[in-house]
Amino acid sequence: MSTAPTPSCPKLRVSDLCLTFERDGKRESILEHIDLSIGAGEFVCIVGPSGCGKSTLLHVLGGFLPPTSGAIEIDNEPVRGPDPRRIFVFQESAVFPWLTVAGNIGFGLSALPRKEREERIQHYIGLVGLEGFERAFPRELSGGMKQRLEVARALAVNPDVLYMDEPFAGLDFITRMTMRKELLRIWHRERKTVVLVTHDIDEAVQLGDRVLVLSSRPAHIHCELEIGMPHPRDVSAPEYIAMRTRILDELGVERGV
Amino acid sequence: MKRAEAIFWPALLCAALLLAWQLATLHTPVVPSPVRVLRGFGELVRKRILLSYIASSLWRVAKGYLAAVCLGIPAGAALGYHPALRQSANFTIQMLRPISPLAWMPMAVVWFGVGDATPVFLIFIGAFFPILLWTAEGVRNVPNVLVLAGRNFCSSNVAVIFRVMIPAAFPKILTGLRAALGIAWIVVVAAEMIAVDSGLGYLIIDSRNAGQRYDLVIAGMLLIGAIGLTLDLGLQSAERTKFLSWGFSHEPAD
Repeated sequence: MSTAPTPSCPKLRVSDLCLTFERDGKRESILEHIDLSIGAGEFVCIVGPSGCGKSTLLHVLGGFLPPTSGAIEIDNEPVRGPDPRRIFVFQESAVFPWLTVAGNIGFGLSALPRKEREERIQHYIGLVGLEGFERAFPRELSGGMKQRLEVARALAVNPDVLYMDEPFAGLDFITRMTMRKELLRIWHRERKTVVLVTHDIDEAVQLGDRVLVLSSRPAHIHCELEIGMPHPRDVSAPEYIAMRTRILDELGVERGV
Repeated sequence: MKRAEAIFWPALLCAALLLAWQLATLHTPVVPSPVRVLRGFGELVRKRILLSYIASSLWRVAKGYLAAVCLGIPAGAALGYHPALRQSANFTIQMLRPISPLAWMPMAVVWFGVGDATPVFLIFIGAFFPILLWTAEGVRNVPNVLVLAGRNFCSSNVAVIFRVMIPAAFPKILTGLRAALGIAWIVVVAAEMIAVDSGLGYLIIDSRNAGQRYDLVIAGMLLIGAIGLTLDLGLQSAERTKFLSWGFSHEPAD
């Protein structure tokens, strides 16, 4: 179902991006010479060893952290800061605890006329399966429901790009599988460009059109792998296992436990 | 059974105190007994001054308190948001804060004269600092992900402050609001003893000065306590609304 993007017109283009932090008077390099380009509607997963800076890279792409050098462009326009056209989904729940489910989804829609806003809220409540919880507050929801709420809030403003930072890391195994299916279902319908950071290799192989493997710190792109399997992907298929093994090898993880 | 007990023991304590008070005042003419205080209270009601005195005290508190809220919350939010601003202002705030609002009285009379504006100003001074400091504390401790999410969806910093920082800090702000209201209610009574000729503070000082009516003094004191309690319960109930209850951990009601 997923088609490879045409590399000639990338949605997101990153060229020679570097990031250094000043820590205890020492300059520490976090990201080194990152080049990447992501097509419109493409689903790209970024994996890497823990602490390598993959989450930091996503924060830089999202405009929360200015890079030390290099350029990030979306639709040939430089990224200067966070923007409602590109929504970030955080690892910890970032839903607003003082707003109801409907209030959270409507948070980014205050410019719309009332009727249209209500319709939009209702549509996304349905899309993520939170019907009946419109007036519930986040603390009344389970972890998985909160994460779906955050995805709904992100989608409701109709962004071109979704940045997802280990969005399902805090959930249990079964909920995580369900959430991945839901995310793919929504992605097939809405065709957003998705950049998802994860430390979970299975997640990357299950979701991505393409997987970028980062090196350990300072992070650079170690390799890029085209997944090329249609959804739904069979996690016991030989090609799936082969891809998974390939990524483990690229990361230098020993196969025996 | 639990509920009956929750009423029974406090009631018993009150009754015991009243009885002790009644017994202690049997043979002294100066300190009035509870029965005389009750009669004095009835007299105040009959003279029809009580409601207007309560109203003028509450009205002064409302004005000073609202001014403190309107200035204290935005100023506190700014302090919480900007570390540099917080550092610059901290010394001045910590210097002014321990000054009792009543110490401002002579200067307030010079600036505002004798009349309503002086107690209102003193109430403002008393209520401003807790609101300012609790708001700053609340805004400073808003979880970073909420701020980032707010910056992602909002187009301006002002929108982030009003739509994310202040709501997220509101449980702390409410703590400041409660503390401030308690102080405001204490300050109004003291201020009314000097600058004005209405209100519950005036009732107390006037009852003493015009004929040593200590029964009316004590009736006024008890009334002040009861109204203060009601005001606090009002704000406390806000903690239980769904908009805010996420920020408080509730023990079973005690």
